[in-house]
Amino acid sequence: MQRRQLLLYGAAGAGVLGLTLFVGWWRVDGPGAPEPKGQRPLPLSAMEFRLTDHEENEVGPGNLIGRPTMVFFGFTYCPDVCPTTLSDISGWLEELGDEASEMNVVFITVDPERDTVEAMAEYVGYFHPVIRGWTGPEDQIARAAEGFRASFERVPTEGGGYTMNHTAGVFLFDAEGELVTMIDYHEPREFAVPKIRRALTEDVEGAT
Amino acid sequence: MVKKLRYTNALAVLLTVAGLSAPALAGSEDVVVENAWSRASIGVNRPGAAYMTVRNTGEDAVTLTGLATPLAMMPEIHESKTNSDGVSSMAPAGEITIEPGQSVALEPGGLHAMLMKLQEPMTEGENFPLTLTFSDGGKVTVEVPILGIAARGPEG
Ligand SMILES: [Cu+2]
Repeated sequence: MQRRQLLLYGAAGAGVLGLTLFVGWWRVDGPGAPEPKGQRPLPLSAMEFRLTDHEENEVGPGNLIGRPTMVFFGFTYCPDVCPTTLSDISGWLEELGDEASEMNVVFITVDPERDTVEAMAEYVGYFHPVIRGWTGPEDQIARAAEGFRASFERVPTEGGGYTMNHTAGVFLFDAEGELVTMIDYHEPREFAVPKIRRALTEDVEGAT
Repeated sequence: MVKKLRYTNALAVLLTVAGLSAPALAGSEDVVVENAWSRASIGVNRPGAAYMTVRNTGEDAVTLTGLATPLAMMPEIHESKTNSDGVSSMAPAGEITIEPGQSVALEPGGLHAMLMKLQEPMTEGENFPLTLTFSDGGKVTVEVPILGIAARGPEG
């Protein structure tokens, strides 16, 4: 049935191809063009937000400068993507061994309504001990997301609940707070770990 | 409701094909479910997810239409997707047709059995039964082992 619907949409789409192309031009290059998406995150030193970590410390981007940092956005009511990212990261950190303790690793919730400090504390406790959980008022979360050029959106589900769409990649920064690279969602360990090592080495070079 | 059984082998799959004797079935009696696993939950407020491979060993296409389990009031096949901007989202996947000889993988970041409205916490080391319903009326029930919250696959 879904397939048939897709075919119908396909046929309808072909019928209005000209219009679509025009709308496409309008939105992409024309006067309706939005702010460019997928921009580079700001350096951590240029970000401004105040959150609370899972041990009730006041934290902000300044806490992340001085050591290489991994940041990702998610929420603890997320059954699939977020635990997968957290367990992937835990695996990378295990592989790094002692070096893992030279990093900041922060999970920022996009669902502060449900993810209180206590909820974050309980949740991160199941993963690698280096991982910190940050939450706070919605406007501060929004400012954080803006700095990282991350996005999130609340989506109602049937049954009256809601889920969150959110940027799923991991942001990797060097010790000075400059973005090194992104690690994509569920990126295999053999690609992710060398990227992290690169951030750790840049740190060493910067220090000498 | 959830059996207090320690699973001894993550690959152990207990299959029961309901209605095997009913001649009306077309296809679902040839469905095999492998490598089922799930992650433990914190309490019952957060939804759970279960993963497995559903293999059609028969000669007819089969269509997976739904799920049932005493563990959750609203079990549903969902699909997570990540778009070109790196934003992930999750939505009901609808019916899933598996061609003869093909299999469908429910795995992290893609299709998953979403377990909404948990009736009890998912406790590491326990199992729960999950019934897959097919369009020919056949049902396949699999015992899903519950691994740790940080599990990455059927091996833990
Ligand atoms: Cu889901």
